[in-house]
Amino acid sequence: MSRISEEQVRHVANLARLAITDEEVEMFTAQLDDIIGFAEQLNELDTTGIKPTSHVLDMKNVLREDKSAPGLPREEVLKNAPDHENGQIRVPAIIE
Amino acid sequence: MSLFNHTLTELHDLLHKKEVSITDLVDESYKRISEVEGKVKAFITLDEENARKQAEVLQGKIGTDEAKGLLFGMPIGIKDNIVTKGLRTTSGSQILHNFDPIYDATVMNKLHEANAITIGKLNMDEFAMGSSTENSSYQKTANPWNLERVPGGSSGGSAAAVAAGEVPFSLGSDTGGSIRQPAAFCGVVGLKPTFGRVSRFGLIAFASSLDQIGPITRSVEDNARLLEAISGVDSLDATSADVPVDSYSEALTGDIKGLKIAVPKEYLGEGVSEDVRQSVLNALKVLEGLGATWEEVSLPHSKYGLATYYLLSSSEASSNLARFDGIRYGYRTENAENLIDLYKKTRAEGFGDEVKRRIMLGTFALSSGYYDAYYKKAQQVRTLIKKDFEDVFENYDVIIGPTTPTPAFKIGENIDDPLTMYANDILTIPVNLAGVPGISVPCGFSDGMPLGLQIIGKHFDEKTVYRTAHAYEQATNFHQQKPTL
Amino acid sequence: MNFETVIGLEVHVELKTESKIFSSAPAHFGAEPNTNTTVIDLAYPGILPVLNKQAVEFAMKAAMALNCEVATETKFDRKNYFYPDNPKAYQISQFDQPIGENGWIEIEVNGEKKKIGITRLHLEEDAGKLTHSGNGYSLVDYNRQGTPLVEIVSEPDIRTPEEAYAYLEKLKSIIQYTEVSDCKMEEGSLRCDANISLRPYGQEEFGTKAELKNLNSFNFVRKGLEYEEKRQADVLSSGGVIEQETRRFDESTGKTLLMRVKEGSDDYRYFPDPDLVELYIDDEWKERVRASIPELPDERKERYMNELGLPAHDAKVLTMTKEMADFFEATVQEEADAKLASNWLMGEVSAYLNAEGKELGEVALTPKGLSAMIALIEKGTISSKIAKKVFKELVENGGNPETIVKEKGLVQISDEGELLKFITEALDANPQSIEDFKNGKSKAVGFLVGQIMKASKGQANPSVLNKLLLEEIKKR
Repeated sequence: MSRISEEQVRHVANLARLAITDEEVEMFTAQLDDIIGFAEQLNELDTTGIKPTSHVLDMKNVLREDKSAPGLPREEVLKNAPDHENGQIRVPAIIE
Repeated sequence: MSLFNHTLTELHDLLHKKEVSITDLVDESYKRISEVEGKVKAFITLDEENARKQAEVLQGKIGTDEAKGLLFGMPIGIKDNIVTKGLRTTSGSQILHNFDPIYDATVMNKLHEANAITIGKLNMDEFAMGSSTENSSYQKTANPWNLERVPGGSSGGSAAAVAAGEVPFSLGSDTGGSIRQPAAFCGVVGLKPTFGRVSRFGLIAFASSLDQIGPITRSVEDNARLLEAISGVDSLDATSADVPVDSYSEALTGDIKGLKIAVPKEYLGEGVSEDVRQSVLNALKVLEGLGATWEEVSLPHSKYGLATYYLLSSSEASSNLARFDGIRYGYRTENAENLIDLYKKTRAEGFGDEVKRRIMLGTFALSSGYYDAYYKKAQQVRTLIKKDFEDVFENYDVIIGPTTPTPAFKIGENIDDPLTMYANDILTIPVNLAGVPGISVPCGFSDGMPLGLQIIGKHFDEKTVYRTAHAYEQATNFHQQKPTL
Repeated sequence: MNFETVIGLEVHVELKTESKIFSSAPAHFGAEPNTNTTVIDLAYPGILPVLNKQAVEFAMKAAMALNCEVATETKFDRKNYFYPDNPKAYQISQFDQPIGENGWIEIEVNGEKKKIGITRLHLEEDAGKLTHSGNGYSLVDYNRQGTPLVEIVSEPDIRTPEEAYAYLEKLKSIIQYTEVSDCKMEEGSLRCDANISLRPYGQEEFGTKAELKNLNSFNFVRKGLEYEEKRQADVLSSGGVIEQETRRFDESTGKTLLMRVKEGSDDYRYFPDPDLVELYIDDEWKERVRASIPELPDERKERYMNELGLPAHDAKVLTMTKEMADFFEATVQEEADAKLASNWLMGEVSAYLNAEGKELGEVALTPKGLSAMIALIEKGTISSKIAKKVFKELVENGGNPETIVKEKGLVQISDEGELLKFITEALDANPQSIEDFKNGKSKAVGFLVGQIMKASKGQANPSVLNKLLLEEIKKR
């Protein structure tokens, strides 16, 4: 039984912003199907009423005081940017 | 004999007696690298010029108070997912092939304060996703014990460099076994600390709720001392724990009389090779001889660890790796027609297959309609796995088992089969899910390849883990054996 | 066919903390692009967020002032989506455990009071800013990235564009009173999106809604909703179907234009942020924050009516902003008559501020100065007319009204002997006016008063002058 369809794989790739070829769709569909099939063994366990763990340590209220420090020099901000103009990072226009 | 066969304390003494200079130590590293790196391929980037300059400056300070620290002038290798200011950091990925960090990870700041010297950045599976370092987009690292075999992963470079004598110690990171498994495969000592023990600030995130930085060394003592230097609460990491850092090295008394050891039957069961099983049973005999007792216990949810881990870590990774979009840093595709195209091509061209596979899995597990069935379910099972450990630790001091089910496999052997590859981490993953500390120490050989003994402790009880590992190490000679290259 | 309009508003308010919600970068408006960022705001590999305590307390304060229940256990979640102004490609927000829930505020439209429910208030981080450079590119400035933000979602309780306007005014007023935000729409520290749908009267089920964006003033919210109300009614009346879509308000035409049709719901893949730990707000913390909330506009309004005897209209206008209300109270504290102080603040002061586009804090006028000036009018030292000159000086340069009056020679002339000189002069110069007066043209007196006022530079005491002039004119 197939747990994930090629269409779903394309949808997920779009959500994740990954360009994928038809070949990759086929490969990922098969591999993800295997992995998800494997993961479904968790359904053997009844987890009704069990609290999900997001953090292994029981930590609460880790907060910082509201103190500011000067920001990075702009040259540093732009240093690794593939494209910039007038102190701002440049990207292809957003069409709406 | 290599200088790096000495422990950290011995090297420190040699420096201060002026029998060895810091330049000698740095020379030793780069000389060894020039001899064996062609075969081992442990480093992605070397920082030789800076390291040599720093050695000279530091040598002038020998004898001053500043030089008293144990790490003063010590060469170290750093896994390439730990951010180093001004030194290229790739996380094993083409998407960061040109990334020049403008800040230092907290562990790097600590090492700088201690005046350790960074030799270079070590190879790894891309974004730490892998168990063989074959997923590095730069090179495949070889196991120094047998160049046809993998060094393990994802910290394969960190373990291989120490095993090959290129550096005396290194830092790795461990999300599901990525320090312990390569340490076992390469015959060195590697510890994954309690989650929250070492700051993650500046560690390029794979799975935030599981990642920890830890030391890889040639001896338990060195490991303990290195952990002391990098541990502690960090105001830049909200998940770092405000728990005092013990003096781990002081715990290395050799005395484990009365220690209560639990041995989970699941850790010696199906899939574990006979040699591995035997090496663990032998180790238990040694520990018994030292006054410890052991009993078989059960961690009943162990078998669900792997699935739980892949769902949780991939989900977190799908979000953590979304920032690699070609906009502020790193690789950007040359031929984008519009913004969406820029995102898709940049990421398709910049990431390797394993990374894409996990991003896809994680995106799927978090997506609308599947969240409860996969992500939330896995978080609930994580609660059960954590409880398994808590239950056992009510009656025992440490849990012991093998680090890996088998010794290092051949390069290329598992590359096309994700699930078989994932199974390598079956014994290390539950430790990350429970957030407890675990160490791998050499415990024998199988067919000439090293095996690792895994010792697992309670939250923040690295002391007992080290004490046990040290006592065992001192009673055996596996750690003294070195590969011939 | 007649339809009932259903409106819900989503308001984003930036909190005025010193630093950002998850980093130490300054959180101030108006800096040069990309100068208020750290590696955290830029989402560099390896960075981690640490929550700003002040941002939490500001959000709690806003939630309490809006009558919300404040959560005891809350957390932060990641909202995943790609956009150049969203550097991590996820926004840290709150999904299923918002800091505040089930609140309400009271509005008043055409004398009728109505409660509007507030579904939730949650804390999140603001995004950077995108501008279009016009040559096929957009530019990103990350200064705003990480500014703490609360999103306030109303219940679909609003029935008219007028109610929406009143809701926004009241919401802004309350938030400003708590001093957690400037609420300046022109600087983007308050932003509003509106959801609007129509349904036949009596129908319980909601109609398909449109989401309106680019509403850059409360007035545009009202106009956009009015247009949309009519558009949807036209579509429905002619048998058409409303699509679920996002529409943009066009300021120049007053119309709403289609941006995009929504296909299914967005998939943001929310999950708890593993980099942040749970937030536990115990009663002690809640009470401490609650104690810091000042008297809110409605309570003040009541007090001004009951204790100071102000008319309802005055009390409402004065309490719209805390700044105005505080100024008013300080003026009364300086012993000014409440109604006179109210008249001045609602009249001359507001007119001046509007004309200059300034706020009370930006002008030199002080409560003490205003009160002293009112006292001079009451004593008869200056006329109301002269007072306008004194006011101009006070509002522009400040100072003591008495000194200003003396130095500028603005003291009212009430001395009969002195006034007589002006009167004699005027009567001598205008025999025709005397003639007119005697012929029953009372207008002539007005003309003469005008002449005398001019000659006395407006300083003649009008009542004394009138009395004296009539006496003198009759003598001629």
